[in-house]
Amino acid sequence: MRDVAILGIGMTKFGELWDRSFREIGIEAGFQALVDGKLSSRDLGALYLGNMASGAFLEQEHIAPLILDYAGLASHHLPAIRVEAGGASGAMALHEGYLAVASGAYDFVVVGGAEKMTDVSDTEASRIVDATADTEWELVFGATLPALWAMIARKHMHEYGTRREDLAALPVHDHLMASKNPLAHFRNKVSLEQVINSGIVADPLGLLDCAPLSDGAAAVLLGPLESARKYTDTPVKIAASQVACDTMALHHRRDLTTLDSTAVAGTRAFSQARHKPTDVQVAEIDDAYSIGGLVALEDLGFVAKGEAGLAMRDGRFFGKGTTQINTSGGLKAQGRPFGAVGVAQVVELVRQLRGDAKDRQVAGAQVGLAHSVGGTGATSVVTIVERVN
Amino acid sequence: MAIARFWRETPRRYNLGGSRCTVCTTVYFPPRSVCPTCTTHRQSLGKMEPFQLSGDGEVVTFTVVHEAANGFEMLVPYALAIVQTVEGPLLTGQVVNLRPEDLQIGLKVRATFRKLREEGPAGVIHYGYKFAPKEEAAMAPRPGRGSEQAPAASHAPEPSRARA
Repeated sequence: MRDVAILGIGMTKFGELWDRSFREIGIEAGFQALVDGKLSSRDLGALYLGNMASGAFLEQEHIAPLILDYAGLASHHLPAIRVEAGGASGAMALHEGYLAVASGAYDFVVVGGAEKMTDVSDTEASRIVDATADTEWELVFGATLPALWAMIARKHMHEYGTRREDLAALPVHDHLMASKNPLAHFRNKVSLEQVINSGIVADPLGLLDCAPLSDGAAAVLLGPLESARKYTDTPVKIAASQVACDTMALHHRRDLTTLDSTAVAGTRAFSQARHKPTDVQVAEIDDAYSIGGLVALEDLGFVAKGEAGLAMRDGRFFGKGTTQINTSGGLKAQGRPFGAVGVAQVVELVRQLRGDAKDRQVAGAQVGLAHSVGGTGATSVVTIVERVN
Repeated sequence: MAIARFWRETPRRYNLGGSRCTVCTTVYFPPRSVCPTCTTHRQSLGKMEPFQLSGDGEVVTFTVVHEAANGFEMLVPYALAIVQTVEGPLLTGQVVNLRPEDLQIGLKVRATFRKLREEGPAGVIHYGYKFAPKEEAAMAPRPGRGSEQAPAASHAPEPSRARA
């Protein structure tokens, strides 16, 4: 396996993009990545596209060749491959693209992620994303995705004394960071009180503990590290890309306060990258539900099990400690176009490692980690990227 | 949801029919055709047998849902829990016959046969298990609870044993 580098990045505005179609946003992000990486589309080997539910959202399946076609590349007859893993679809597409380049099967690939979620009603969209949990043995009995995460939160509070305000601290941080991110879905700041007093979705989680339904797309251009300097002055190496899966239903997990898929993917990724959590300066953590961010920090080894609440109270990941999280605004405030989020996380890490993150810049960022979850943790993807000096 | 899709799960949803691995004796719900516990999974192939859960268990964690799942809008706020059965398997279901604020981790519950939801005024009605505090569940369903009430016994399907 050869080393793989990120040569270019692209991303659309995230949000309710009423005037923009799925094709438009998919192509915009992809071309930005190509232009940023100074690669001719003639040299592309393949396109990977992370997308969760275009069939349900848009009544359009078979979207990988569709994006390829409207990118003007149909006559090149490139392979175009859609990848689905619930909320981790984009991260999984990146994993597939990484493997393809690492193996030598292709030299250059574009990995895109795109989702158009606002062409259906909020109720319909919620029903569609709930289906990343087990329809037959969870949803049929009245569960929703936030309700399942709320049960993780309840158990975590019961076991470890985690407080309601510890959960709320993460959305507050995310909104603050997103206020500095022009592409974020939400640019407003929120207070701890606003999060705690937001309308209850599933107790103890309120509306402001939950990431929004967003439209958006993101893309990266991948190529072999050995020739990366021909295409960019600031290549970023993919030091690790790891996936781990677990039981579909939350109730079948070994421990309801741990995502074993995250713990295992994290362990594998740190081992592959030969890094440890304290080596990471910037991390994009899946916080689709506030409790998910806390649990992830524990499962990835950034804090000991049960201590994420305390870390939130101390602001350990909000400017004080060695690792800063969700400088993009996270899923909560940068937005959550399902298929795009895993790719967008890595786009933010590349900005940070290049030193291009403007007033969100973490000084001296060398190593970044992205963490993406499907459903309640049936899939986790962990990616570690590293600045090439 | 197509009728067959719900109907084919009747032994599980109505009667809590699970399965047990005859190699290692671990119990599963819903039934599985391969045992995840056996060290080499293939040794359990063809050796899973039906196993009836009693319906008794304990609340492991819970939430009170305010933004309803599809088809449950009329019930909000409703209590949802993960229950560990005395036989071992954990499952997700609503908790009824108590005020949501009285629900707590560790509460002893028993499965009770209830209406889950209906597919609109002319659609299929889905039945299945919910949970009730153990003392409550032993009592007959209280009258006048509308959608919460179990159907009369004569309309209930024949109990059937689970087949894996």
